[in-house]
Amino acid sequence: MTTTRATTAPPGKWRRRLFAAGPYLLLAPGLLWLLYFFIWPAIQMFLMSISSGTLDNGFHVTGTLRPYTDALTKFATQWGNSLLYGAISTTLDFLIGFPVAYYIAFRGGRYKNVLLFLVIAPFFTSFLIRTISWQILLGDEGPILAFLKHTIGVMPVDFSILYSPIAVIAGLTYNFLPFMILPLYVALEKIDIRVLEAAGDLYASAWQTFRRVTFPLALPGVFAGTILTFIPTMGDYVNAELLGSPKTRMIGNVIQGRFLQSTDYPTASALSFVLMAGILVAVLIYARALGTEQLTG
Amino acid sequence: MTTAATPATIQSGNATRRVGRSIGHWALPVFTIIAIGYLLIPIVVMIIFSFNDYQGKFNFIWSGFTLNAWQHPLAWPGLPDAIRISLTIAALSTIFATILGTMIGLALTRYQFRGRGFINGLIFLPMASPEIVLGASLLTLFINIGLRNGIVPPGLTLLPKETLALGFTTILIAHVMFNISYVVVTVKARLTGFDRRLEEAAMDLGANEWTTFWRVTFPLILPGVLAAAMLAFSLSIDDFVITNFVSGTTNTFPIWTYGVIRNALPAQINVIGSIVFLTAVGFVAITTLRTGRAIRTH
Repeated sequence: MTTTRATTAPPGKWRRRLFAAGPYLLLAPGLLWLLYFFIWPAIQMFLMSISSGTLDNGFHVTGTLRPYTDALTKFATQWGNSLLYGAISTTLDFLIGFPVAYYIAFRGGRYKNVLLFLVIAPFFTSFLIRTISWQILLGDEGPILAFLKHTIGVMPVDFSILYSPIAVIAGLTYNFLPFMILPLYVALEKIDIRVLEAAGDLYASAWQTFRRVTFPLALPGVFAGTILTFIPTMGDYVNAELLGSPKTRMIGNVIQGRFLQSTDYPTASALSFVLMAGILVAVLIYARALGTEQLTG
Repeated sequence: MTTAATPATIQSGNATRRVGRSIGHWALPVFTIIAIGYLLIPIVVMIIFSFNDYQGKFNFIWSGFTLNAWQHPLAWPGLPDAIRISLTIAALSTIFATILGTMIGLALTRYQFRGRGFINGLIFLPMASPEIVLGASLLTLFINIGLRNGIVPPGLTLLPKETLALGFTTILIAHVMFNISYVVVTVKARLTGFDRRLEEAAMDLGANEWTTFWRVTFPLILPGVLAAAMLAFSLSIDDFVITNFVSGTTNTFPIWTYGVIRNALPAQINVIGSIVFLTAVGFVAITTLRTGRAIRTH
């Protein structure tokens, strides 16, 4: 089972032993990979976040909390931007995504697969190229603004969206929308249509049916969709970099810059840790609020 | 197709209600079409602007039709190398991650053993972590290995220092790492609906575990494994954030693009993007048609 040769079976005794050790042999290589290149790096990063030193002199674990105080106090604007943009674009994604998922799940009919395919079509192009396309689209003389400014003239010629928070939020909302729609669709699709009919038979109005039956049954999808959207948005730096300005920097931009440009690894590690911990705490609180903690385990 | 989601339709209503209902009836499809349009606009822009006869270095403003970029799709320094590296890493990481992930998926669904919850958590965590944290922590590990600093995982110290210097190998390691979880989840989804009686039937008919696995189990989970592999390939070829941390001076296509767009925006980026998009769409279309036919003929 652990070798990939189909033709030559190992001799009987060995084969039986192989199958007895089954689960562990199957798990070992993949889990070791995750242990070495996911868990271990996380530990290393934690150690780095309580270290002092420079790249030239080396970093040493000194137990200093300096990186953490720096991480929490020096970057208020960027943390604020991350939270704000993350919250706004996740909300927008939900408002756009829920009706779409609802329509595909309940009324998609034979177009269901085509519609789903169109929803995931953006994944077939590079994330970076899609963001560059938004640069073109939102440009001062790009298709949208040029049309509004010159063709129909409803907008002042010096009007600009690119490099503003709106552009960053538009990019973030765009890039993570499929992550919202898909889990919502999966949750809605599972709902037994007879349950909804039963609600109607019991004189629930369409709105009551939605609020009391459909939406509660879709909660696992709401939960999955929002965290799948919120987490990448919070950590993103590409949208802020390509569509924003220095004023719209998010915490991801700081982490990226500290790691790749200024080699201030301790602060960068502390920032990553705070981001990670913040997201975990937010997810737990959110799970409790939605009453879906059994879903996360 | 069914309108059972709005049970109110069963009851009779007056004119205002009917108007309200027809708005309700059309609002949703119209909204869905607009939302899908929103999702597709950048792709349309990418394809249209691959034909742009732009002036200067930046392909930002439409100024006429040309096939120039399509005739010379690789005509930028570093681009052919970047594409070659991207494809190699995507292929290798897909193979590794699919094998490792399928094995974990099998273990988690076929066997009862201690620590399943822990392992499920371990699989879930990389997907729940922001990419930037994954990239940053891997970079920390590789830096520490380079500096012989911190506690290097056992075994890795045996490798020559240069092996894990930032570049091809470290990108490959990172891609396998983030792909494993996605493969596990995809394969598990396929295995959950698996009818174990098929295997029991094979065993009853005298097949041993080995034959049963390769003749019964594997063909049945193969669509799941292939779906996982396709997912892994597309995640790998598209990854920018994690790769950016561990790539050093090696360029994959996204990394190359990110570097180039500071000084220029060549239409070749749009051409390559369009080729990748059309290939992927064609691939999916063929697979769907073939499975559709297979289902019909069975």
